[in-house]
Amino acid sequence: MSSEWPLWEVFIRGQHGLNHRHVGSLHAPDAEMAIKHARDVYTRRNEGVSIWVVPSAAIAASSPSDKGPLFEPANSKVYRHPTFYDIPDDVGHM
Amino acid sequence: MYAQMVKTDADKVKALQEMTPEERAFQERVDRGEKIEPKDWMPEGYRRTLIRQIGQHAHSEIVGQLPEGNWITRAPTLERKAILLAKVQDEAGHGLYLYCAAETLGVTRDELTERLLSGRMKYSSIFNYPTLTWADIGAVGWLVDGAAIMNQVPLQRTSFGPYSRAMIRICKEESFHQRQGFDIMMKLARGTEAQKRMAQDALDRFWYPSLMMFGPSDKDSVHSAQSMSWKIKINTNDELRQKFVDQTVPQAEYLGLTIPDPELTWNEAKGGYDFSQPDWSEFFEVLAGNGPCNADRMEARTRAWEEGAWFRDGLMAHAKKAAARRAAARHAAE
Repeated sequence: MSSEWPLWEVFIRGQHGLNHRHVGSLHAPDAEMAIKHARDVYTRRNEGVSIWVVPSAAIAASSPSDKGPLFEPANSKVYRHPTFYDIPDDVGHM
Repeated sequence: MYAQMVKTDADKVKALQEMTPEERAFQERVDRGEKIEPKDWMPEGYRRTLIRQIGQHAHSEIVGQLPEGNWITRAPTLERKAILLAKVQDEAGHGLYLYCAAETLGVTRDELTERLLSGRMKYSSIFNYPTLTWADIGAVGWLVDGAAIMNQVPLQRTSFGPYSRAMIRICKEESFHQRQGFDIMMKLARGTEAQKRMAQDALDRFWYPSLMMFGPSDKDSVHSAQSMSWKIKINTNDELRQKFVDQTVPQAEYLGLTIPDPELTWNEAKGGYDFSQPDWSEFFEVLAGNGPCNADRMEARTRAWEEGAWFRDGLMAHAKKAAARRAAARHAAE
């Protein structure tokens, strides 16, 4: 009998209170071992204060061919950025 | 270079107008410097070549632990031992990052391991040389990791996203490896006459095998041209070898050691050193499996794989049972 350990995606929260960030993946038999492995593989240099692991099979992803319909609509909405608006210098910092 | 002589399936590099529309769109994305991600369309040759290249790179990291692991129990001080342990652990980590990058291309970890053990996939020729003295650990860090960095720094810009991200992480960790090696060499070079001789002997034995790491000249190779147009190879082997020599010679001078090459001279016109090529027949012998340590390395990998099977299977069986128990408990509670 030989069955490969399933794949897990690893997310680490760094020192500075930012979101957990995807750092890579690894194989492990279960969640507990996945966290232990993640600690050895992805935090050897103080990279994190918290680890999440998620079975890769549980991740749903957008498809590359949907890139246009999903993301292009935002291109034309420049008014969503602060730089769209000209505020006279006299007003001061805003 | 940790990946040597990677074949591409190409017999010539296609011009844009000879490509199918999909191939052309792909090539244009690569030319624009866009990253290719695992689910994006890619030519079959690109996928297969990357599996070979990243796989070979990963195998090199893993097999590369063996010559250095040889000295962990005999490191001269507790501090050197802790450093060497950390370095060898890093190599394991680097192998794992790279295996994961290769797996995004549709090959499994077990397949990669089996291809290594059956001899269908290679690892870098350099790891088939023995580490006979403590000075060899210095030479490996200084020269072998130095040569690897030469190749890996440009690969951070490679077109395949997962490979590029693995390289960025590896490069961040790798410079400690080279510096700790140079530190060992410095200590020996400033030590007793016997220690100095030991450092020189390590340089003598590792110099040419390190130059071989970049592979034979590939300026006329169709595989290299194809890989370069796909941006999975950034520089020619000769460019990287030249850079490595130019960087390393002053470092050897600083140590007061002599590069074992009587032809080595500064060439003002090209702004680099002229140097002797390694013995390429030796390189091909080592690749064919006839280097000093090929059999030992493969035996160690095979033993680790076979003797670890009960453990891998045992943990998997335990995980399945625990999951079943949890499901039963949930069911009972409902």
